[in-house]
Amino acid sequence: MTGTLLAIQGLTKAYPGVLANDAVSFDIGTGEVHALLGENGAGKSTLVKMIYGLVKPDAGRMVMQGAPYAPNAPRAARAAGVAMVFQHFSLFEALTVAENIALGMENPPAMRDLATRIRTVSQTYGLPLDPARVVGDLSAGERQRVEIIRCLLQSPRLLIMDEPTSVLTPQEVAILFETLRKLRSEGVSILYISHKLEEIRALCDTATILRGGRKVATCTPAEKTARDLAEMMVGAVLKVPERHAAPSGDPLLKVTGLSVASPAQFGTALRDISFAVRPGEVLGIGGVAGNGQDELLLALSGELLSRRGMVTVAGQDVSREGPVARRAAGLLCAPEERLGHAAAPDMSLTENAALTAAARMGMLRQGFINWVAARGYAEKVIAAFDVRTPGPQVAARALSGGNLQKFVIGREVLQAPRVLVVNQPTWGVDAAAAAAIRQALLDLAAGGAAVVVISQDLDELMEIADRFGALNGGRLSALRPTAGLSVDEIGLMMGGAHGMEVAHVG
Amino acid sequence: MIRLEKRRMPSQVWTWAAPVVAVLATMVAGGAVFAALGKDPLVAIRTIFWDPLFSEFAFYYRPQLMIKGAPLVLIAIGLSLGFRAGIWNIGAEGQYIMGALAGAGVALAAYPLEAAWLFPAMVIAGALGGWAWAMIPGLLKVTLGTNEILVSLMLVYVAEKILAAMALGLMKNPDGFGFPGSRNLQQYPSATSWIDQAAGLHWGVAAAFIAVIAAYVLLSRHVLGFQIRLAGQAPRAARFAGVNTARLVLFCLGTSGALAGMAGLFEVAGPSGVVSIDFNAGYGFTAIIVAFLGRLHPLGILLAGGLMALTYVGGDMAQANLQLPKAAIQLFQGMMLFFLLAVDVFTNFRLRINLRGAA
Amino acid sequence: MEMLINIAAFMFVAATPLTLAAIGETVVERAGVLNLGVEGMMIMGAIVGFMVAVNSGSPVLGLVMAAAGGMGLSLIFAFVTQVALANQVASGLALTLFGLGLSALLGQGYQGVKPPAFPQGDIPLLADIPVLGPILFQQDPVVYLAIALTVAVFVFLRFSRAGLVLRAVGENHDAAHALGYKVVRIRIAAIAFGGACAGLGGAYISLIRVPQWTEGMTAGIGWIALALVVFGAWRPLLVGLGACIFGGIEAVQLNLQAAGVAIPVSLLAMSPYLITILVLVIMSAVRTGAPASLGRPFHASS
Repeated sequence: MTGTLLAIQGLTKAYPGVLANDAVSFDIGTGEVHALLGENGAGKSTLVKMIYGLVKPDAGRMVMQGAPYAPNAPRAARAAGVAMVFQHFSLFEALTVAENIALGMENPPAMRDLATRIRTVSQTYGLPLDPARVVGDLSAGERQRVEIIRCLLQSPRLLIMDEPTSVLTPQEVAILFETLRKLRSEGVSILYISHKLEEIRALCDTATILRGGRKVATCTPAEKTARDLAEMMVGAVLKVPERHAAPSGDPLLKVTGLSVASPAQFGTALRDISFAVRPGEVLGIGGVAGNGQDELLLALSGELLSRRGMVTVAGQDVSREGPVARRAAGLLCAPEERLGHAAAPDMSLTENAALTAAARMGMLRQGFINWVAARGYAEKVIAAFDVRTPGPQVAARALSGGNLQKFVIGREVLQAPRVLVVNQPTWGVDAAAAAAIRQALLDLAAGGAAVVVISQDLDELMEIADRFGALNGGRLSALRPTAGLSVDEIGLMMGGAHGMEVAHVG
Repeated sequence: MIRLEKRRMPSQVWTWAAPVVAVLATMVAGGAVFAALGKDPLVAIRTIFWDPLFSEFAFYYRPQLMIKGAPLVLIAIGLSLGFRAGIWNIGAEGQYIMGALAGAGVALAAYPLEAAWLFPAMVIAGALGGWAWAMIPGLLKVTLGTNEILVSLMLVYVAEKILAAMALGLMKNPDGFGFPGSRNLQQYPSATSWIDQAAGLHWGVAAAFIAVIAAYVLLSRHVLGFQIRLAGQAPRAARFAGVNTARLVLFCLGTSGALAGMAGLFEVAGPSGVVSIDFNAGYGFTAIIVAFLGRLHPLGILLAGGLMALTYVGGDMAQANLQLPKAAIQLFQGMMLFFLLAVDVFTNFRLRINLRGAA
Repeated sequence: MEMLINIAAFMFVAATPLTLAAIGETVVERAGVLNLGVEGMMIMGAIVGFMVAVNSGSPVLGLVMAAAGGMGLSLIFAFVTQVALANQVASGLALTLFGLGLSALLGQGYQGVKPPAFPQGDIPLLADIPVLGPILFQQDPVVYLAIALTVAVFVFLRFSRAGLVLRAVGENHDAAHALGYKVVRIRIAAIAFGGACAGLGGAYISLIRVPQWTEGMTAGIGWIALALVVFGAWRPLLVGLGACIFGGIEAVQLNLQAAGVAIPVSLLAMSPYLITILVLVIMSAVRTGAPASLGRPFHASS
């Protein structure tokens, strides 16, 4: 390390009702991998957006190599040598790899030259990529490579990576780390945003921890235990959920040879998926995003119909039934996307309670909705799951992610399902809420329900699932008991490193 | 620097204030247009908005309000169901024509029979005619995913051509000395929709009030109304909830088509009386404005329909007394929708003015 | 033979307003905006172009001002949808109703007036080729302009940097915003271009094709142009081809009417609309990729 590349001094940014960043200061050294650690809502993204010129700070300043640095747009940030790999929203599915990369560059060369340069850089850094392919057809890991190469082509001085490993298999993570170490050795600084503690301890030279918009500490992560870091990040000792269910009896949910096409243009078709879940059991389904998770949930919720005999609930074939009939049979679901799928953003919590619970909780009489009953049920969910909101009349979109997720999970759990399927139950949720949700799922299983948890958070699955399987290209691996499963085994179940056979990392 | 900032909750105040502000803004902008045409804007606005209700000849104009307002409300109620669900039937004008033709066809075929069942049969035929015309885009959308906006609109032009062919051919009055147009149904006691012509009361007025009440109950209490709102606001959440999208499309298009068809029948069997090449006065399009101006809410539509009827009646007065061109009223109505859409931003966003500027 | 040449030559005349409006709308939709107000902008162009041409005696100036008129109207739409974030479907309808009203008002007193004649654009030498000459090279300059514009838009979208950015905005406005592109500005520019094209197309009808002014004279051509964009799968060359096919149908239909063939006139008159529906039905079965952000409102939350 040779001095400071970017000094952040007292950056403050307020949004109505929230102080997203409160006088945050730290230095990023030249050739340093600097971790930015914090829970969801700690203010990491706001801080990064200010560095990248997407958001203007209310107060404070930044200094890059001695000169004031105040980008008013991403263009200015890129000109100053700052590049960013986004977690979401930055690729164009219908465009090719080369077009996507050209869009992220200030002065792209002609398309043919660009394609050559993409090939060169991708080989140098062990990230193979075909410039002519349409991005929508790429796996999540490959998409990330597009973003990384887009950044590398601009020879950045500072590379910002926002939760880069959430879409990768363990093997792909190892390769990514090699690439990042190589960049560090070339003098590039990396700001690495994550909430995964082990990764940070393995990769990063320095870590800055944010909590509630404030900086808690800057430290050397290798010198701290994961537990120390977690406590600094969360500010309280976490409770590990208790499991005391013993799966027994005939399967409640049985999926046999399930194959369906995806309704989405760039989706993944499900191929020959079979599994059974018994009362009291939690089945964990992992896998990299985009390998059929959404489709599996749709096929179980009844939004996608399958052929006769593919999905049965307690012996009843529901394959040709829609969501209403499946709910009546006791199969309930909670999709990944809270706003717009699990809940209607502009509708009140009362209305959102009626969304899935109307029939089971006796709110319907001859087609007319009893809104008093719906309101009562919403209040019950709010109380039982500690949903922080002024009341059930509030629109769903006004709730924070964690609170809405608690409401959505609570809405299904309190209907006493026989089978509950959840997709990404704690994604983007703060640690306390995540713990509460996991406990609720375990309690439900303890009460004799069968629970299927689809998640990309492997730690979560290892914590609560009895058995584990991984989705890869729309197929489900063989199921294994979670006890004693190693990271390498999990990685292989998830499909190893996608398309990395030709990679030479030097 | 001025920025828009999304509200956490839609503003209740603006939901109801927006149409009022839009109407006021339209009066100002419309006044400017009238002034540019060389008319006194205050007199013009008063002629349009005040005189039909309160001038010494108001006794003549008030019934006209009901006559103009009824079809607008009836059509707009149907359209609002679809608009709420994100189903865009903009071909109500065609459904209105086809309903009128079907209903009038029954009467003309039965002429000169006098029977109590004739008028109900006409109403049913009218509703079916509009319904069937709306089912074309409906079925195409459900089975093939064809865009209902363009199909329903194209069918307006097709309906107009059919109307022309009917008025000049099959439905032409055999005793009409070769003039185009059908027999006058006003003079056919079993077929007319008039209840009390002097009071401006015909069955369409009654139907409009019934439709308002039924739509209100449907939207606020019934699970179908809930599904309609859900499908429009969050289509994926609707599928998750178990809404049968195809059935909803057919219901919304079918209902709006049937109501538009009935409106056409009431018109042709009453105020118009005759199937003529241009008996349709564009109510099917104006009703789109009424639906939005009424916030797609049944009671709002009732008020908006009344207001829009006022601009028609007042526009006629202004045409007669001030020589204000008829097109000025059409422009005025279009302007109102624009202002509403623009003002509506405040329902979901608030304006933040940062006086420190872009630092 | 004579009749076939006439039909082929008139095909281009009938296709030109469609091409202009549809190419403009293609650019708008590729930027992710659905402007259903094409009909309104066309009729606006028709009357503005007509008035200017009659009063100035210059049909070229009329065309230029028609483009400006269409653009002016489209900017209202741009403001309402891009700044005030109103629903694009409703705003497009409003634009059409507004345009019809405004044009009728402006057109008071222009009914029955004859506009100045537009110069023919015969191309020397080529125009004298038998058969092909009358079809391809004895057209008015606007026909050539429409063809050139189609090719230019194709090249722009396919090969230029600005075209790539425009497509990116239409595919994923959040990603484009994250990369620092000015989504709203780019969309407003696209909408303005679409408005100018529609205005030009409208003026072509009132100044060259008919040529006179009657209320509502665009008679659904703007809507057919919208269908053509779907038909051409948002690709300029296919959209242009589609316009030619529609122009051909129109030419055949009018010739059959004139020739008094034993098909009812009303059926012939409704054929363009029925064929549009048929085309939409066929295309909906084929399912081609519309821009992913089409019709979705964009608000930068950060």
